[in-house]
Amino acid sequence: MAIATAPTAPVGKLAKTWETAPGLYGVLATVDHKTIGKRYIVTALVFFLAGGIEAAFMRTQLIHSNVHLLDAEEYNQIFTMHGVTMLFLFASPILSGFSNYLWPLMIGARDMALPRVNALSYWTFLLSGVFIYTSFLIGQAPDGGWFAYVPMTGRTYSPGLNIDFYALGLIFITISTTVGAVNFVVTFFRMRAPGMSLNRVPIIMWGTLSASVAIIFALPALSAACVMLYFDRRFGMHFFDAAEGGHPLLWQHLFWMFGHPWVYIIVLPAIGLASDMIPTFSRRPLAGYTFVALSTVTTAILGFGVWVHHMFATGLPMLATTFFSAASMMIAIPSGVSIFAWIATIWHGRPVFRTPFLFLIGFIVLFVIGGVSGVMTAAVPFDWQLTDNYFVVAHLHYVLIGINVFPVFAALYYWLPKMTGRMLSERYGRWVFWLMFLGANLAFFPMHISGMLGMPRRIYTYQAGLGWDTVNLITSIGAYVFALGVLLFLVDFFRSLSVGPEAGDNPWDAPTLEWSVSSPPPPYNFAVIPTVRSRHPLWEGRLDEEYHTLIGSGPVLDHGRETFGTSALDSDPFEILQMPEDSLWPLILAAMMTVTFYGLLFGVWWLAILGLVLVILSLAGWCWPRPARDEEMDLLPEEG
Amino acid sequence: MAMTSGSPAMFGTAGPAAHQIAVLGWVLTIISLAVLLVVSLILLVALFRQRAARAEQPESVVIRPNGSIRLIVWGGIVVPAIILICALLFTLFVQSAVATPPAAPVATIRIVGHRWWWQVIYTARSPDQQVVTANEIHVPVGQPVRLELVSADVVHSFWVPKLAGKTDVIPGQQNTMWMQADKPGIYWGECAEYCGLQHAHMDLLVVAESPADFRHWLDQQRQPPPPPADPITATGERVFTRLACAACHTVGGTPAMGQIGPDLTHLASRRTIAAGTLPNTPGNLAGWIANAQGIKPGNDMPTMSLPPGDLQALVAWLETLK
Repeated sequence: MAIATAPTAPVGKLAKTWETAPGLYGVLATVDHKTIGKRYIVTALVFFLAGGIEAAFMRTQLIHSNVHLLDAEEYNQIFTMHGVTMLFLFASPILSGFSNYLWPLMIGARDMALPRVNALSYWTFLLSGVFIYTSFLIGQAPDGGWFAYVPMTGRTYSPGLNIDFYALGLIFITISTTVGAVNFVVTFFRMRAPGMSLNRVPIIMWGTLSASVAIIFALPALSAACVMLYFDRRFGMHFFDAAEGGHPLLWQHLFWMFGHPWVYIIVLPAIGLASDMIPTFSRRPLAGYTFVALSTVTTAILGFGVWVHHMFATGLPMLATTFFSAASMMIAIPSGVSIFAWIATIWHGRPVFRTPFLFLIGFIVLFVIGGVSGVMTAAVPFDWQLTDNYFVVAHLHYVLIGINVFPVFAALYYWLPKMTGRMLSERYGRWVFWLMFLGANLAFFPMHISGMLGMPRRIYTYQAGLGWDTVNLITSIGAYVFALGVLLFLVDFFRSLSVGPEAGDNPWDAPTLEWSVSSPPPPYNFAVIPTVRSRHPLWEGRLDEEYHTLIGSGPVLDHGRETFGTSALDSDPFEILQMPEDSLWPLILAAMMTVTFYGLLFGVWWLAILGLVLVILSLAGWCWPRPARDEEMDLLPEEG
Repeated sequence: MAMTSGSPAMFGTAGPAAHQIAVLGWVLTIISLAVLLVVSLILLVALFRQRAARAEQPESVVIRPNGSIRLIVWGGIVVPAIILICALLFTLFVQSAVATPPAAPVATIRIVGHRWWWQVIYTARSPDQQVVTANEIHVPVGQPVRLELVSADVVHSFWVPKLAGKTDVIPGQQNTMWMQADKPGIYWGECAEYCGLQHAHMDLLVVAESPADFRHWLDQQRQPPPPPADPITATGERVFTRLACAACHTVGGTPAMGQIGPDLTHLASRRTIAAGTLPNTPGNLAGWIANAQGIKPGNDMPTMSLPPGDLQALVAWLETLK
């Protein structure tokens, strides 16, 4: 297991070693983080379109008083699925997609730490999404809101399968999210290239790490709540039944103990993406790197101390609400730190206005609006007026569109050329940005007003004469404009695949490692493992840095799928990791889980038990010992 | 809807609790807009201050990092902390100010949230003094009333934007709040917590009138309605008590003692039917009885197919329940 230091790396051998097998087997068995990352992104965007279509239905229904495009049940299913889709099937997975694709390329590794777990994470995401969406086929989509408050969602008041799809679907997707998070945490601490110490990683690493740790601690609350809900519904248990000593507020506490950290889980990686793009377009390294990294971590921790602000109107004691009010206001400070770090970066930089940068500017503005309206809802007495009315809808959409969708679209314009090798169009990009930015503000700013005019959330229609018609008309128009922007992006994307200019390795003249490899990158990512000496390896020469990152010379590691295992803090290499080959087991395991969940859904117990047995067998198959890799490799013919 | 005094805007306040909250709301709104304005201006300056330099230098030039920490510490930590602490203190001050009513409440009203209507009970020491009505709360102007909020089924939230903030109505616990209207008027209220199929049609009216009018109203509500005075209304009463109506509804002074639907003893004195869904007119009432499931699908009132004569008589009798 000698470490070859070769100026001319055996790229042919590396490619053969790391390539996914051709044909259907390869499609189903691949563990390549780049393929998985792209699949995540595409799947999440498909769900984004589904959620967008649902939003378009809602906005058409509410465009005026007494419109009856949908009946009450249809509207309730659609608004519930809009929330479930956007929060669970778009906002989080799209960020997992970027992190999956980018992390190894950014840290000089050849794959994520646990490639098969990575594949499992994707397959369970896809199948749980399909599981939830099959509810539409039998006309029983979840209809209890994404928050599904009991006892409305209990068996008595919701006898159909709607809420079973919800409870089981969410348990299913927490499996995907949790194994994905574990993979990110291990990768963060073990897979960074030699020399990429903790203070040199791109901010997206901090964002996704913070989110992943938060996932590991927050999701058990959701899983537990959903298991209880399923048991209450299916076996007549009484976790939430006030008449039998349970309590409906137990659900609310558990749900929001998960729910508020979840908000940070789906914005922190996006904030990280933004923090890594802004320096490129400001032509200087990020100002206050340590501040931004620490505020990311701080936000994730504080995020666990604010859940009660969703429950100020539930009659909790004043002292309790006061504590959570203070915490909810103070969590604005780390956000303020990040915002001023970006502004400082731009201030002392020399901004170049390309499409991704436009989205990033829009992101900062929407972030500020969503932030200050968050402080308003953190004030307990004012929240008694605002909660559950359209002001909150405005606030949460500024937060989620501002701090998730806008950085994501910036990232699409920025990193898609790395993935496809083709640039998107600047001309289209500007149109997409302005349509989405103006559309978002036109749609969501008036919602603050409709909330203040007393319009409650989640109503499928409203009467004339309450003063709500005009603001809703403006909102609906804004939503259509926003949708037009998204559609134009799709046109641009498909256009770029055939007619987009070649991207080259580094079209933005960006500083980080992923831009040192070809677009799209080779299967092995790096022909030789780089040795990192700064936060901005590709700008070192121009910044007169004393030490230089080694790219293109160094250890090759070509005895099978090899990459370095490095120490957690300083990233000193201390082992050569043998990465797993392609495997069908992740897909088989995810498929068997699907069988189990359908069994539980329909109460077909033999099917559920069969599924569970198959899940255990699949795990056994996954873990079954295989011949040592070195022997396999010896059988391969040596490349010239 | 013409029956209320305009839009239920939370800033067009008509009571002390809503008023103090509105002051807080305005202060926070102004602070928020100021923060947005200042940050946007700083961002704009940051974006465009280097225009000249940009024209001269190629994009490949990279600028060495320099003093940015001061901007981050002041803009991101010190100034926001000061603003937030002030906002928090003012919030706490308002929260404690609206915690208790300005005077002792003159009445205790028990409000029971049902899917999808509001039962309203004016509690009294003796049961015969108790008044039960639905979807319409009368209060005396200038005097606070105490509300006890309980749920018969799922979580609801009681909200009259012009008078006070909302309080959730949760099964298994009783929440209390107080409410006071300072101006006579009719105020729109609604369920603010999603409670299922017809959450959109769970509204109510608060009628604020002079204390004298309020007491008069209360006295009248305590009396049973007059007996039928003519053959048509007599037929109507008979239809009501012999058909399914009486299984769910109560009308004082008659054998109808149902507990599932709203108490109809003084139905004709109310301004809306079906929890704010329709103005209470004879035509709407007849339409509601004949097609409740078409108007508000999923509610507990079945669609009644009555012979036209019976329906007419029934509505005529219900119209006498003042």
